[in-house]
Amino acid sequence: MSEATKPYGLIAEFDNTVDVLHAAEKVRDAGFTRWDVFSPFPVHGMDKAMGMKNSKVGWFAFLGGVTGYTTGMLMIWFMNAFDFRIVVGGKPMFSPYSAFPPSYELTILFGAFGAIGGMLLLNRLPRLYHPLLKHRRFALASHDRFFIVIETDDPKYSEPETRKLLETAGSRQIEMVED
Amino acid sequence: MAEAPAQLRVPVPPPELRRIPLVANNRNFAWISDKIAGVAEGKTPLWWWAAFVPSVLCMMMLFSMITYLITTGVGVWGNMRPVMWGWPIVNFVWWIGIGHAGTLISAILFLLRQRWRTGVNRAAEAMTIFAVMCAGIFPLIHIGRVWFGWWLFPIPNANGIWPQFRSPLMWDVFAVSTYFTVSLLFWYVGLIPDLATMRDRAKTKIRQFLYGLFALGWTGSNRHWRNYEKAYLILAGLATPLVLSVHSIVSLDFSVSQLPGWHTTIFPPYFVAGAIYSGFGMVLTLLVPLRSMCKLEDIITTRHIDVMCKVTLATGSIVGYAYLMEYFIAWYSGNPYERWTFWHRMFGTYWYGGMAMMMFNAIVPQLFWIKWCRRNLVAVFIISILANVGMWFERFVIVVGSLYQDFLPANWSYFKPTWVDVCTYLGTFGLFFTLFLLFLRFLPLIAISEVKGVTPQADPHNPLAKPTGGRH
Repeated sequence: MSEATKPYGLIAEFDNTVDVLHAAEKVRDAGFTRWDVFSPFPVHGMDKAMGMKNSKVGWFAFLGGVTGYTTGMLMIWFMNAFDFRIVVGGKPMFSPYSAFPPSYELTILFGAFGAIGGMLLLNRLPRLYHPLLKHRRFALASHDRFFIVIETDDPKYSEPETRKLLETAGSRQIEMVED
Repeated sequence: MAEAPAQLRVPVPPPELRRIPLVANNRNFAWISDKIAGVAEGKTPLWWWAAFVPSVLCMMMLFSMITYLITTGVGVWGNMRPVMWGWPIVNFVWWIGIGHAGTLISAILFLLRQRWRTGVNRAAEAMTIFAVMCAGIFPLIHIGRVWFGWWLFPIPNANGIWPQFRSPLMWDVFAVSTYFTVSLLFWYVGLIPDLATMRDRAKTKIRQFLYGLFALGWTGSNRHWRNYEKAYLILAGLATPLVLSVHSIVSLDFSVSQLPGWHTTIFPPYFVAGAIYSGFGMVLTLLVPLRSMCKLEDIITTRHIDVMCKVTLATGSIVGYAYLMEYFIAWYSGNPYERWTFWHRMFGTYWYGGMAMMMFNAIVPQLFWIKWCRRNLVAVFIISILANVGMWFERFVIVVGSLYQDFLPANWSYFKPTWVDVCTYLGTFGLFFTLFLLFLRFLPLIAISEVKGVTPQADPHNPLAKPTGGRH
């Protein structure tokens, strides 16, 4: 397919959180893998309804924090006790106590970088092009509507059945999105 | 669906248990985005220009004062021996203190599940960032030879010498710059979904492009929300110890020294409480007029104002307790220098500063015990301004009041600010309000997605979540 548009997936619209939550449970139970729910705010209980596990962002933040603390301590030791030693008020060249406040701040700084970087990495953001962003009604996903999108790439996908599933799940508006 | 919805019976709680909803008048999702995004869309209101033009002029005054200072020297200020710190450090501590409320609201109240924070966190975080920017100017220009400002960074100078980290001033550099960076990132992460809303509503190509660029292609995907919420929670968890550490470290600039009036162990918690007190004062000063000018009474309700007044009362009382404890310790220590300093805070040359701080920080907020004062917006506005007047005097008393009479009476002198001091300080208000007004005009001033998330219809387990009857 070079010129002709390729279908991306089926988009089903819902107008309240209850319907979209129950619909997501049905899609999950039908065994789909390449699908997603879109909402203007995180819907409580949706992670469970989609059968998703805990996010891995925490590991990135943890690694960032450890890096920050180590960087702080090593940096201060290197600068004040190794590379250029200056006696100040008879204080030790390096002390974990006086090195603690900057290292503590760097723990937080690098931890925050880890959390945000991890979030962007796991979400594959920034991604300025997305087939859904061209869809005429999809702009409402940041306003007051909820959408379920099942991609055509999903191994379980088949046009009439998937559409039927979304219909029985309670969506009143189901359309095909082009890539 | 299988379970046919029978008539839902919602037990009505007794009046004393009924909570005022966070968004008044049962507004729906669409109303919330239209209302909040509407402030940053459409024609610029007249009041905005009326505030913006003087702010920009005032900001230009700041820049001319800084230019004058750098080209002439720190002699243009009132700083002299023994008061070497003077107004610039007073203003630095004052602004950075104001900057504490934003992160407190966004981080600590998030961890404490205080859902009312959603109505005010965005504007408070913006206030934090701009206040920290105003604060950051002062230590930088106060070093005198501004062109050596980079010596503060961990870079070796021309002789290969590194900054030395046994000084609390270096800790402060790390604390303030980390605070600024993390607050900015926290604010931006919170903005991403709302920038997507702005992008999806944008009418012109340029708005679509710019909001789209900064929204990073956010779609509201639940697979994204999952990581996003976790990242936000972790950021809140990181910003909580951060907000407590920043003003603690600022206070260490003082308390690590040997000076009577500064050398006390109570300083870190006392400074943090004072910072939160003044920060909430500034949030109230900004939001009380803003909610009526932008017609946001349904989102920033009187309940929001009420709880913020209570936080102000609590932190003001902690500050009052710290004042009394300082006096008690000054007396109980038996140290004559300590006693001298504290006696002269209240009854010395700068008695008015000591009286103002006691009055406005410890006594005036006690008015918030009275419900009428918390509900009366004029009273709230006046008290919130007095809080910041008081907090400025507190820093003046600590900085100047402890320095002007040091150990050798031959050194004693009387500190007077010059017109450059005054104009620089006033100029930072110009910078602050210019940035804040630009923020109001171009970014959603309330977290749209978060406010939607705390409405009853957002919770799928709430009976209000699914409209029954009506058009379906």
